[in-house]
Amino acid sequence: MLLTLLNEAVYVADVGIPIDHNKPTVIFIHGAGLDHTVWVLFNRFFARNGLNSLAIDLPGHGRSSGQPLKRIEAMADWLIQLIHALELHDIKLVGHSMGSLIALETAGRHQGSDSNRVSTTVLLGTAAPMTVGDSLLQAARDKQPAAVDMIMLAGHAYGSQLGGNPVAGINILNSNRCLLERGLPHTLYTDLNACNDYTGAIGMAANITHKVYLVSGAEDNMTPAKATTDLLTRLAHSQSCLLKHTGHMMLSENPEQVHQLLAEALL
Amino acid sequence: MAKLNYPGFDTLSLHGGQKPDSTTGARAMPIYQTTSFVFQDTGQAASLFDLGRSGHVYSRISNPTVAVLEERIAALEGGVGAVATASGMAAIHLAITTLSGAGSHIVASRALYGGTHNLLSYTLPRFGIETTFVDPQRPEAFAKAITPATRLIFAETIANPGCEVLNIPVIADIAHHHQLPLMLDSTLTPPCLLRPFEHGADIVIHSLTKFIGGHGVAIGGIVVDSGRFDWESSGKLTTLTAPYAGFDQIDFSEDFGPAAFLIRARREGLRDFGAAMSPANAFYILQGVETLTVRMTKHISNTRTIVKFLAQHEAVDYVTYPELSTHHDHTLAERLLPSGCGAVFSFELKGGRRAGKQFIESLRLFSHLANVGDAKSLVIHPASTTHGRMDAAALAEAGITAGLVRLSVGIEDPDDLIADLSRALYKSQQYQSHPSGG
Repeated sequence: MLLTLLNEAVYVADVGIPIDHNKPTVIFIHGAGLDHTVWVLFNRFFARNGLNSLAIDLPGHGRSSGQPLKRIEAMADWLIQLIHALELHDIKLVGHSMGSLIALETAGRHQGSDSNRVSTTVLLGTAAPMTVGDSLLQAARDKQPAAVDMIMLAGHAYGSQLGGNPVAGINILNSNRCLLERGLPHTLYTDLNACNDYTGAIGMAANITHKVYLVSGAEDNMTPAKATTDLLTRLAHSQSCLLKHTGHMMLSENPEQVHQLLAEALL
Repeated sequence: MAKLNYPGFDTLSLHGGQKPDSTTGARAMPIYQTTSFVFQDTGQAASLFDLGRSGHVYSRISNPTVAVLEERIAALEGGVGAVATASGMAAIHLAITTLSGAGSHIVASRALYGGTHNLLSYTLPRFGIETTFVDPQRPEAFAKAITPATRLIFAETIANPGCEVLNIPVIADIAHHHQLPLMLDSTLTPPCLLRPFEHGADIVIHSLTKFIGGHGVAIGGIVVDSGRFDWESSGKLTTLTAPYAGFDQIDFSEDFGPAAFLIRARREGLRDFGAAMSPANAFYILQGVETLTVRMTKHISNTRTIVKFLAQHEAVDYVTYPELSTHHDHTLAERLLPSGCGAVFSFELKGGRRAGKQFIESLRLFSHLANVGDAKSLVIHPASTTHGRMDAAALAEAGITAGLVRLSVGIEDPDDLIADLSRALYKSQQYQSHPSGG
């Protein structure tokens, strides 16, 4: 569905199923330079299995208009306004990469008895801090194809670069590349810079009282599992999982295992 | 950290799309010779039908062996994915009908394989899809033929049998200026010779029966999508941008982004038309893919030797091969096809149809049959066989004369091929000298 928020068009993929305010809602938040389509399998599944399922396009991404937001805190502000606009309650947040930081920041602010509080958070491919290398930032700032190359190579396990997608006929590497290249030229840099600048993860983690699930790819060179150590020590209730033979782009590299983990966390 | 590089072309030819079998450890790709796949539970069954989980349901829609071939070819072409089909013609039909329907119009090169010409000229019009054929050497003709109903531009990268080379960047610009996708049959130029997406094409089709399979043992086709055409902005390809009643009102572009075309082709086209590739054929073709570069190198080397031989032979009027400086697309071929112009070409024998008949019947090593791209050398007379349904005017427009002979050069020892050709050329002219046959 398309709606207007802060005078900009916002696209929320709802799989054509209207929101039922008697149901909990899962919100999927994409990573840097990407859009709602990375969640298609999960969105279609949970929409038919007891939840309102919404995959958002952040401002300046996919079908949402406006400029990409420059700070994770601003992205969380925007998401909270969207949650209010849609009158959602009992919210479950699932974020990948940059989206995981937005989920963390949002969840950290929505505690207590607030009617639209977050009850479950799933962080996929996360890190605290989520430091981005200078060479990648520079290439993204200069709009060089090398930026996409770096993400493709560091973001996929070697086996995924060769292929073997359980979604028949779809090439993991080329489809993710194509998606990144579709974004506005400055979007990737703005997003990566926002990840690099964000320092609030540990503080927000301490605020969260509900269970948080962390999922890392064993071959993730962008947000390796060891980069979640501090986060895990600050979360009151957490569960971590390491996916074998999987890199940072786990949604397409290992959709079935991600599905199993999400089903455990959300249903 | 070690320097990171993408897997190279030859590595992908061997490993693309495949992981060693998780159950048995089999290194070669197993043939999953099964019609269907057992569901884990009713919930998984429902979500597989709803496109809510990954996995296979029924081998008409997808199959693990076929999927490896699809992903491997997509990797070699640089596409977001692919759908394999029962034949090359099935691939063309699937690609066209995924984007068009009754009332649609196609602009196509007139220099096409005879079977494709039949489909566009005679069969698709019965279903309301009309085609305007244009001279591929005149890019402006493509633009002029476009109407509000046009849904795609279709051509071959190297036409068969005249070896016209398509100016892909120019035709792609024309297509994109009109917000239309450029769909190319790249059968004669496997991806080790040409990757059309790098020059602006949007959809690539192969008859896998030919060089990619390479051994003349399995029929198959494939449709590969670059993922870069913006269906939404175009507004002309509503099969991908409007809710589809045949699948729960799904909007393929909205849900699947760069994979929209392929998901519709599979979930509608394979589901309803059913021209799926068999797992066994996918296995055979995968064996061919593994040696694609090695074979093509020998194909090209042999072709160059034979072209040089024929071009200098007194029984030959002319040879049509883009690497010859006399070919009208020579400069374009140098730019688009630096690794070689394939291994299929034609030549005009002195003495016309009768000399051609004698020539073909005198060959011992070249096989006279209706195929190209086999590891074995092949020969045919297009005017009476592959292009036999075309009328005289269409034959003339496609540059097919009565004396034209088409060769598909294999990977035998070149000296043996030259000896076979020499003997047959001699016989063809001997017949000319003694028309009574005595």
